[in-house]
Amino acid sequence: MGKHDDQLDMKRREFIGKTVLAAGAATVAPGILLTVARAANETRGVTSAVRWGMLIDTNKCADDCTACVDACNKENGIDLVQRPEGASDADWNAQRPQWIRKVKLRDMATQVVTTLPMMCQHCEYPPCVDVCPTGASFKRADGIVMVDRHICIGCRYCMMACPYKARSFIHQNVENQLVAVPRGKGCVESCNFCVQRIDAGNTTTACQEACDKAGHKAILFGDLKDPESEITRAFKTHNSRQIRAELKLNTGVRYIDV
Amino acid sequence: MRSSTGIKRIITGLIPGGLLAVLSMGVMSEPATVGVVTPGSKAASSEACVAPTEEMRRNHMDYLKHDRIEVVYKGIRDTEFGLSSCVECHAAKDDKGGYLPINGKGQFCDSCHEYVAVSLPCFQCHRKTPAEQGASGDSAMTGSNPHRLGLLQSGGGQLTLSADELRRLHVMTLEK
Repeated sequence: MGKHDDQLDMKRREFIGKTVLAAGAATVAPGILLTVARAANETRGVTSAVRWGMLIDTNKCADDCTACVDACNKENGIDLVQRPEGASDADWNAQRPQWIRKVKLRDMATQVVTTLPMMCQHCEYPPCVDVCPTGASFKRADGIVMVDRHICIGCRYCMMACPYKARSFIHQNVENQLVAVPRGKGCVESCNFCVQRIDAGNTTTACQEACDKAGHKAILFGDLKDPESEITRAFKTHNSRQIRAELKLNTGVRYIDV
Repeated sequence: MRSSTGIKRIITGLIPGGLLAVLSMGVMSEPATVGVVTPGSKAASSEACVAPTEEMRRNHMDYLKHDRIEVVYKGIRDTEFGLSSCVECHAAKDDKGGYLPINGKGQFCDSCHEYVAVSLPCFQCHRKTPAEQGASGDSAMTGSNPHRLGLLQSGGGQLTLSADELRRLHVMTLEK
């Protein structure tokens, strides 16, 4: 794994994007309204001055604990997706939506067992976004990778492209969804760092909150671009790594001791 | 056989005709809620919707689409318009006091959408009834300020586009 390829923030694309945007704003001209709208919006909403990320200390992740998974299911209404009648265990486990999965690794040479929560890694260069034929899979300015269900056609190409098996497809009709987390048959979804909490000004995800409450403190969520944030300081003092770093996706989620 | 379908035609013609008459009466009277707002819903007791009724009737789809982009892509959740607020206000209750799905047969969304034969896929994913108090997830969404969510509650929240600007944008788009 090349440490030098492992940059937290690659600026080149952002710079090109901004230049194109500036040129675009000038040439769009007749829509005075459009430029007004853009100017008014600049102070509101997500900005690329923030990049949300996560650091997971696998040493602290307990083998038999599923607090993060349970909290995620509750926060995002995943538990509202009921097992279809007559579905076998194998079918249900293969098709149920899962935003976080507990993964167990065993080093065959030393027999050391590591457990870790695996979820969307919120890549800077997300393969799911690259392959999406409709543009439904996208990355927000603050680095959160998510699905716009309004335009997702459920082709599941992103599920194939994701190296982390992070995405789920909803196979059945869902009732009584949470207002904050709409969900229905025929769309793909995945961890979005509890975007409804972040937008409401919260600074932790449901999984981190649950992990802290369970006393493990294995999950640390925060702003990777803020030099003063707890997560940035933890990055400096701990030797963390990306899973599948060779793909150069520059993931927002990193792990200690994997 | 032929005559019976003829009668059917006349009858089926009369029903939408009558509905149209009711709708147009609604447009003429101010604040125009007669026969349109679901009786027993929260909206029935309020003066007007978030915009004048005739404006909502014409443009609600654009308002919703504009604001859904704000929410999904920009994370601005205290938008003026939002589907959850439609549901919050316009959902009717059944005899037992439970909420009826807003897209159910004859309910607020369905009644017009069925008449104009416009499909209503919003509720394949979105919740059809007002949120239950203390439901998981939703509590976190509103964070420390419960008034951030929802159009009627946005209060002094600054709007990106005024209703007037949005209407002009809508006209511009139509002219293109």
